[in-house]
Amino acid sequence: MKLIQVSNCYKVYKNGTTAIADLNVTIDKGEFVFVIGSTGSGKSTFIKMLYREEKPTKGDVIVGGINVARLRNSKVYKLRRKLGVVFQDFKLLPKLTVYENVAFALESLGMEAKEIRPRVLKAIENVGLKEKTRNFPNQLSGGEQQRVAIARAIVNNPKLLICDEPTGNLDPDTSKEIMKILEKINQELGTTIIMATHDKEIVNRMKKRVIVFENGVLAADHLKGSYKAHESIKNSK
Amino acid sequence: MKALRILSRSIRDSIKSVGRNFSLSIAAVTCSTITLILVAVAFILSYNVREITNNLERELTVVAYIKQDATEENRKKIETDLNRLDMIDSYIFKSKEEWLLEMKEESETLSTTLDYLDNNPLLDSYVIKVKKVENLKEITEKMREYECVSSAEYGEGMVENIVGAFDIISKGTLVIVIALILVTAFLISNTIKLTIFSRKNEIEIMRLVGASNIAIKLPFIFEGFILGIIGSIIPVITTIYGYNLLYDRLDGHLYMNLITLVKPFNFVFYIALILLAIGAVVGMFGSYRAVRKHLKI
Repeated sequence: MKLIQVSNCYKVYKNGTTAIADLNVTIDKGEFVFVIGSTGSGKSTFIKMLYREEKPTKGDVIVGGINVARLRNSKVYKLRRKLGVVFQDFKLLPKLTVYENVAFALESLGMEAKEIRPRVLKAIENVGLKEKTRNFPNQLSGGEQQRVAIARAIVNNPKLLICDEPTGNLDPDTSKEIMKILEKINQELGTTIIMATHDKEIVNRMKKRVIVFENGVLAADHLKGSYKAHESIKNSK
Repeated sequence: MKALRILSRSIRDSIKSVGRNFSLSIAAVTCSTITLILVAVAFILSYNVREITNNLERELTVVAYIKQDATEENRKKIETDLNRLDMIDSYIFKSKEEWLLEMKEESETLSTTLDYLDNNPLLDSYVIKVKKVENLKEITEKMREYECVSSAEYGEGMVENIVGAFDIISKGTLVIVIALILVTAFLISNTIKLTIFSRKNEIEIMRLVGASNIAIKLPFIFEGFILGIIGSIIPVITTIYGYNLLYDRLDGHLYMNLITLVKPFNFVFYIALILLAIGAVVGMFGSYRAVRKHLKI
């Protein structure tokens, strides 16, 4: 069942740069997809369009039944409630504790306090930070901060989790831990995960679907585990 | 219920946030305090000058003296004409006996001298109060046209000059008050903008997690309201105590009872309310503008 459907999509920035050209791609529910490409390839623009940080210039981007291209500014929250976003720089609120940072997401939606508590504790438990609920972000390691960001992104049980280079600031071992958590979320909660990354080692190890961007166009869409093979063929040419 | 929860959360968060962003809150509060004190001073000055001008204008009178040989008919004609004139506030007939009594009361020497006279040498008169200073000259000239009027007088020249000067001062202070309110609005809203700019991450995260625009704006609007109210506390206290003290020290008058100050009761509370309202509204509006900027994509 399709969760994301992008058809005939173009994105041209005000300065004339074409970031995305004639993009057609579909992503099903429950998939784990890597989005890769060099800097300026259009990968980030694609990711940003999925959570309506950018609007397509032409074409349709339908996420969970909502057409991002036609979504008014004041209605963006309706889309955002269906998905979670994780960034390279964590984007945690430094003056709030781990618990408060995760609860912040549900409080912003106007949820009842008695409903918030068990959901927040469950999300924190899912990312393995049960012992650190009262810590502030500056008392945590980079990996732990990213786990808080993941907990915040999944606390509302979204159908889609968008990760924009979540391991970009982390060492290889911590990156592995984060990937384990993401895989667990994907398999146990059935959450669709789209992850933009530069880390080829992770992509090759995980053996998931890979979408490759080059100069704003979709250069390749590899089935599970076939990216490594494609890369070795490409390198030998 | 959900709306109520968002509202109560917004109030709670805004109170927390004032404390959490203490240094920026202090900056916004100080800015409001200083500018609102200036607004208070300008307000007090403007209101007092306006009152003085009004008081002076209320006292604008023309006195028309009637000849000894004027008949009852002549007087009736004058009264009918005065009743018809729009520019006249009121008039009274003051007999020569009343004038005599008044003069006797004013000075003992004069009283003794007047007692020696067999006949009252004074004249009957009409004391006419006009509505505006511009009407003084016209009414005086009109009165002089009557044959039965011996003379008509007012404080020629000087009265117009004084009233004119106060009128200019009154208008000038009003312009200053408006300008100061605008400057206050600009300064407070800019300081609040700075405090919000430093928290654009917070707004971004709220947007990311799916908070609606109104749920994002509300805590900031309440915060602006709180900062505005806190910022107006010192100006309010200064106005209430300061003006009372000034009034008591000067005994309510300036320059030998010539100028009467506005009584503090009611007046200071009225100014205090205006200051609170300016602080609160400008604070809220400043926050609203600043957040709105961050909500555009």
